[in-house]
Amino acid sequence: MSGAPSVLYDAPGPKAKVRNTVYSVVFLAALALVAWYVFAALSDKGQLTAKMWTPFTDGSTWTEYLIPGLGTTLLAAVLAIVIALPVGAVFGIARLSEHRWIRVPAGALVELFRAIPVLMLMLFSNFFYVWYTDIDSDIRPLFAVVTGLVLYNGSVLAEVFRAGIASLPKGQSEAAYALGLRKTQTMLTILLPQAVTVMLPAIVSQLVVIVKDTAIGSTILSFADLLSNYRILSANYGNTIPTLIVIGLIYVVVNWVVTKLAALLEQRMSRRGRSAARPVGPASTTAVPMADLPVADPL
Amino acid sequence: MDFLSNYDLLGAFWVTVQLTFWSAIGALIWGIVLAGMRVSPVWLMRAFATAYVTVVRNTPLTLLVVAASLGLYQTLGVSLTTDTTTSAIDITNFRLSVLAFILYTGTFVSEAVRSGINTVPVGQAEASRALGLGFMQTLTIVVLPQALRSVVAPLASVLIALTKNTTIASAIGVAEAAVLMKTMIENEGQAGSLVFLVFALGFVVLTLPVGLLLGWLSQKVAVKR
Repeated sequence: MSGAPSVLYDAPGPKAKVRNTVYSVVFLAALALVAWYVFAALSDKGQLTAKMWTPFTDGSTWTEYLIPGLGTTLLAAVLAIVIALPVGAVFGIARLSEHRWIRVPAGALVELFRAIPVLMLMLFSNFFYVWYTDIDSDIRPLFAVVTGLVLYNGSVLAEVFRAGIASLPKGQSEAAYALGLRKTQTMLTILLPQAVTVMLPAIVSQLVVIVKDTAIGSTILSFADLLSNYRILSANYGNTIPTLIVIGLIYVVVNWVVTKLAALLEQRMSRRGRSAARPVGPASTTAVPMADLPVADPL
Repeated sequence: MDFLSNYDLLGAFWVTVQLTFWSAIGALIWGIVLAGMRVSPVWLMRAFATAYVTVVRNTPLTLLVVAASLGLYQTLGVSLTTDTTTSAIDITNFRLSVLAFILYTGTFVSEAVRSGINTVPVGQAEASRALGLGFMQTLTIVVLPQALRSVVAPLASVLIALTKNTTIASAIGVAEAAVLMKTMIENEGQAGSLVFLVFALGFVVLTLPVGLLLGWLSQKVAVKR
């Protein structure tokens, strides 16, 4: 039911137009009431005075706190996805193995790490590094955050890879075997490249999840990321709410750009058509349409 | 293994379950309302719901939880409780984190419900309009009941993600499972690996049956077409 709005209701006539206007006005009034309440509460506590916001017009706030913080956040996110991709690929392929002794343990590990909260993975990674390594305590939070993110997102991406490979037409691997390629060759040269192309939008949207999850590290491990700056800034200027709003907006803009990128990739690929040629005839039912694939959950 | 009995494991997981339960109910309602707004004939409601979903789903949940505590409670003095005893701060933090979870998870529920609305055949809405039903009637009597039945599986994964996300309430000191895990690992030293395994298993026990049960339910209630 795409273009849903026009299907769920008739084109408004004179009466419906009046009614819709009334609803709009009532809704606007309700929003205005909430906005006024928030505004009044904020100004009552002095959060709206210019003094609270001027730190953000000062260049040093950005160059000393916000931009380095954003850099740390993005560094952790990029490291996490770069490491999680091969890990996910290995486990995704392992789950498709013909050998039970590979398939079952890989499946169990993936399911286990998908069930554990990222926060607990980060927390435990941190303790692990304290006990068994001598990583400097300055960069230990980064190690712990990236490790937690890799463990979780590696298992999520394993599922993404598995679904991507399973979505390819069976003829692809059959043709490869007919050409005399070995199983490893078939996987690495025929199936994996096509699966990556198919799953690229899902992989890019997983980046949004990773960027949001890096923020967990700032509260439990004092990881010096973008969010952690609220402590310093609000301690300096007493402007808790303006700081949280500005930091939140930076996250929203970054994630919005990444989401748009994923949508653009998806559009580009649907315009180009599937990389794997669909087999003609009855065999075409073997390929799963993209819409039916379990896509990584963006929570 | 016996040191485990020194701690209130069940109590901590019970707080996790309570956080999940209240947040899930709130997020389901808020998500359906948002989805309804996004397909409504009123332009302003569509615009509001779209903007809300875009902003909130791109904000880290940690920031929302921190903002609920620092912004809403400590700066604006909204405490969500009239309790004045010593446990008031615990109740406040619990309710504030539930509020943050509802605001955040509602956006994912609304996306799932909206995709469910898209799976309902056009003819259903057309037929109900032909019968003279208005927008609210079409939506609540005809379209939503079918849409909700087709999104049980996506909603199950939202619920499982919510269960894991409740650990973020530890950021404002709600005494749920992650807080106890941290305390226990700090106290037990290198036996902490065992502690981690116990808590990992605890979350498997919480999420696995939910996934299986709702997976079975989604098959059972699916609209046969």
